Amino acid sequence: MPTGGTAAGSTATDWRWLGRVGFAGDAAALAELRQQGRAAYLGRQLAAPPADPPELAAAIAALPLAAGGPDGLRQLRAENQRINQIADADEKQRARSELNRSGNELSNATQHRHLLRALRSPWQLREQMTWFWMNHFSVYAGKAQVRWLLPEYEEQAIRPRVFGRFEDLVMASLSAPAMLDYLDNAQSAVGKVNENYARELMELHTLGVSGGPSGSSYSQQDVQELARVLTGVGIEQANGPPRLGPQRQALYRHEGLFEFNPNRHDFGSKKLLGHAIAGSGFEEVRQAVALLVRQRACAMFVSQKLAAYFVADPAPPALVERMAGRFQQSGGDIAAVLQAMFLSPELEAALQAPERKFKDPFQFVVSSVRWAYAERPPTNMQPLVGWLQQLGEPLYGRISPDGYPASEAAWASSGQLVRRLEIARTIGSGPGALYAEAGSRPARVGFPLLSSRLYYEQIEPQLGPATRAALLQTASQGEWNAVLLASPEWMQR
Amino acid sequence: MDRRELLRRAGLAAAAMPLASRAWALPAGQADARFLLVFLRGGYDANSLLVPTGSDFYYASRPTIAIKRPVAEGGTPDPQAAIALPGDGASGWGLHPSVAERLLPFWRQGQLAFVPFAGTDDLSRSHFETQDSIEAGLPIPGDRSAPGSAAAALRGSGFLNRLASTLGAQAAPVAFTDVLPASMAGPAAIPNVSLKGSLRAPFDERQSAVYAGMYRGSRFSSVLAEGLELRQTVAQEVEAEAARQRDRSSAMAADPAMAARMQEMQAASRQAISARGFELEARRMAQLMRERYTLGFIDVGGWDTHVNQGGAQGQLANLLQNLGSGLATFAQELGPAWDRTVVVVVSEFGRTFRENGTRGTDHGHGSAYWVAGGGLRGGRLAGEQAVLRPGALNQDRDFPVLNEYRAVIGGLLRRQYGLDAVQLARIFPGSAPLDLGLL
Repeated sequence: MPTGGTAAGSTATDWRWLGRVGFAGDAAALAELRQQGRAAYLGRQLAAPPADPPELAAAIAALPLAAGGPDGLRQLRAENQRINQIADADEKQRARSELNRSGNELSNATQHRHLLRALRSPWQLREQMTWFWMNHFSVYAGKAQVRWLLPEYEEQAIRPRVFGRFEDLVMASLSAPAMLDYLDNAQSAVGKVNENYARELMELHTLGVSGGPSGSSYSQQDVQELARVLTGVGIEQANGPPRLGPQRQALYRHEGLFEFNPNRHDFGSKKLLGHAIAGSGFEEVRQAVALLVRQRACAMFVSQKLAAYFVADPAPPALVERMAGRFQQSGGDIAAVLQAMFLSPELEAALQAPERKFKDPFQFVVSSVRWAYAERPPTNMQPLVGWLQQLGEPLYGRISPDGYPASEAAWASSGQLVRRLEIARTIGSGPGALYAEAGSRPARVGFPLLSSRLYYEQIEPQLGPATRAALLQTASQGEWNAVLLASPEWMQR
Repeated sequence: MDRRELLRRAGLAAAAMPLASRAWALPAGQADARFLLVFLRGGYDANSLLVPTGSDFYYASRPTIAIKRPVAEGGTPDPQAAIALPGDGASGWGLHPSVAERLLPFWRQGQLAFVPFAGTDDLSRSHFETQDSIEAGLPIPGDRSAPGSAAAALRGSGFLNRLASTLGAQAAPVAFTDVLPASMAGPAAIPNVSLKGSLRAPFDERQSAVYAGMYRGSRFSSVLAEGLELRQTVAQEVEAEAARQRDRSSAMAADPAMAARMQEMQAASRQAISARGFELEARRMAQLMRERYTLGFIDVGGWDTHVNQGGAQGQLANLLQNLGSGLATFAQELGPAWDRTVVVVVSEFGRTFRENGTRGTDHGHGSAYWVAGGGLRGGRLAGEQAVLRPGALNQDRDFPVLNEYRAVIGGLLRRQYGLDAVQLARIFPGSAPLDLGLL
């Protein structure tokens, strides 16, 4: 039953709406949307299981990801120990380079997994939200042992919880060795407190910068108190579990590589945001996180960030208010907040506006490849990895913990735009490397046919006169593709 | 073309020919001033560039990678030894042999100085944190711990962006990088273009016109036009340079005596005729900064030398040579504009004073910054110094920071652009400029 005019949307903007719920729409998604209407379509996306469809699962199973996670890190430690004892300097260096190479391979395979899903999963909203939360709880593959912890972080901590309660997501990233290694909390102990993670947990993960637009106001004292709460939250040590007195034994926690070590914890009483927290061990962490995510500032901060990514930047204030209200009423239920956003009149207005949200490099690359190669999904993700690198938004490559920005200003520099044009040309001309097996010669691939029925129905009517004129001046199918993917209309969601 | 001219054009005559002496001291607020920031990412080992040859402690701390003491005057030249630096405050310091040939002429002309014991107050020794904080130019630990502070409002902008905003039309900024660097991010719109590798024009004239036409009327119209034009200009410069190279090669091949002489010089300087790596980028950068841009940024990576760092030769020596040749080429290629140019070379931190167990060095603290420019009063070590003996190190590990980077760069910018206190406080809030007397 077509439900075009309901749920704050018109059929005329269905295609664009699909380009917000996913990286880019396709014919099957459009048919489904037309049949079910927006609310039901969104409901199905939000109910999508974390499991991949069989073909995609098989492609992912073939990736060299086995060395990640707890076993991988334990092997890494053993290998590091072995290398430290090698006397011959050249041999030592060879062993180190080899270890380095295997870490890079792991981080690369994790990128491939992420990209395969972004391109091929029908559950586009789950994959977009995985990118979004991985960026919100950003870690940098190049620091310390993060490369070895990254595959597990995304798969176990983040991706299963992208539609769940925000508090669970915070606790999952807080217990993830990748985060504890990246933001140094694994080093933090009573008397030797490291504030790094405590600060970012408030500023970047939950409340927003103090005195900033989310309305948060916490002091340096609060940062220090939270850091004390977090002492002892860390990573399993190479030399086995700590020796604990009988009273502390019950307070010790250990799961996978995560460890809460009472010996390193500050059991004094704390005061966070005006609330007293009695020294009790890991229970303090739960209390503190519950306190943070209950704040109005947290609801505002998260809502604002979601709306800036999916709707418009700056985010429409009335929409952020409503989303934040939904966040607080629902106890931080992410699916409920997303429903409020995707079915909002503000989104509909943004979809109808002539000037729309500028795609960030990830959205640009993934949407272009999805559109150009819908009929024949690429099997080799390495070209995409390279394009993201050239455009300055490699996966897990943000060195600072704030994640990549969603703002147009960050991505529309002159050098970047010309690079996008070049990459659009490469995508449009059918690079065989997208189908190359590792180590073999690229397959021969013709120009993809972008001027499909879907093009004439959905894209062509949206093009302005300047883009139409440019398309008429092209000299080949490849150039026609390149110009379309480089058009200002395609650069916007 | 005479032989001398040929050599000069080949860019190999720096050692043989005295550089034009400084024509004039740089007046404050020079409208035509140029500034280039070179960021060595990875934490370069300053002790291998600027060698504390007077310190027994240095030689005891680095049994395998120390650079040998300079040869006494009249002694047999030793390519493994540091070159003694003449001049103010430089006694007991030498230059790495791989850079000496290209850089000593600049030093002797007063166009090059070093600021040892320079760096940030950041003690994290984390590459990314320190790089970010340097590029931001804000106090450390900074606005983050002081909600509502003046510096908090500047978060998200880099100090070169704030400098560009302050100078307005007086400066034409550009970043020679793939992505706009943190130091140039912010409210002022700054173009970027990478000068690495082959730079053929991405689009021919017809295609460029098609793209520019497609964007006309959109909000990206001017930035796209600028990007296309910049890439086109760079490509033309590169092509013209390649053509000059071809001319030179054929001229030399035609003259056997010349060819032999060139080979000899190359062997002595371990230098290829065709510039590679950073030298090539530097040449392209100079061409652009000579003609149209006055405020530039470039980064050079690869300085994280934990393992087999090398001494007079090796991985670090190659990097230093590449960097030194690049800066010399940059200066020569700039022509008269060099007199109004200041180049500052920074790195996020220095490395450990002692070598580690893998003949490398680990992350340290203080570093040595380079300052170069045609109008400089250099040829000396500037800033505060410490005597390098046991007990003098920061945390018994690395160089202490005696010359804070914001004060050092702020002092240079103040002189070069004639900035007042209010302007300077926008660029480096809460930092008092340090006048090292270099400008």
